[in-house]
Amino acid sequence: MIDWIVWSVSWVLMLIGCVFVVSGAVGLIRMPDLYTRLHAASLTDTGGAIVISLVLIIQSVFVFGSAMAAIKVLLILFFTLFTSPTASHALAKTALLCGQVPTDGHGNPILESPEQATLLARSRPADYRSGQDGERARQEAAERRRHDDNAGDQS
Amino acid sequence: MFATAVVALLITMALTLARALMGPTLFDRLLAVNSFGTKTVLLIAVYGFMTGRPDFLDIALVYALINFVGTIAVLKFFEYDDLGSGAYQEDDF
Repeated sequence: MIDWIVWSVSWVLMLIGCVFVVSGAVGLIRMPDLYTRLHAASLTDTGGAIVISLVLIIQSVFVFGSAMAAIKVLLILFFTLFTSPTASHALAKTALLCGQVPTDGHGNPILESPEQATLLARSRPADYRSGQDGERARQEAAERRRHDDNAGDQS
Repeated sequence: MFATAVVALLITMALTLARALMGPTLFDRLLAVNSFGTKTVLLIAVYGFMTGRPDFLDIALVYALINFVGTIAVLKFFEYDDLGSGAYQEDDF
């Protein structure tokens, strides 16, 4: 009885994990620009890792009877949960810093220039407590840019 | 069950590798390589269970850590053109 439950739960979770992982890869291929690809890939990375690790933990406890294996899988899951979002965040921030401008739903860039993206990425963390602050900082950057342009015209 | 997961992971890794090869920007490639590394960790772990030898988990653990450090190192290099010095902290901010 318990054997049947363990195997059916493992199968269901493993199929869910496979769907997660493969859909992440399809998103990585089909999404239009870097930031959407990053979204698709990083979310399914974490989700698929969690589900597949759960299967491995169940299997190592109930089928292999090895607590050490379960602890190791738990450690892998722990490190993945720390490192995968961190790497995605660092990747997104570096891309912004290097001037990759995000686009909106129609493929139009939401910032005027790569320099503005760099400026947005380099602002101090205190300016970014929420999304509204980010919007405000972007408007301020646009304002400053316009001001600089006017100053350039006068001189 | 483990065979299914291995096949799914291999398909995923092939698609990820395709993105790494054709990615228009550097960051697309880097994202694909990072994702590929995570999938490799899962593949090693699942393969160990498939063959009935969970000892492979040690390798998967080490690979998970090295993958993260590698990604961050490459990112830092492209952000500052530099890996070691703290010189950028003075004039960048």
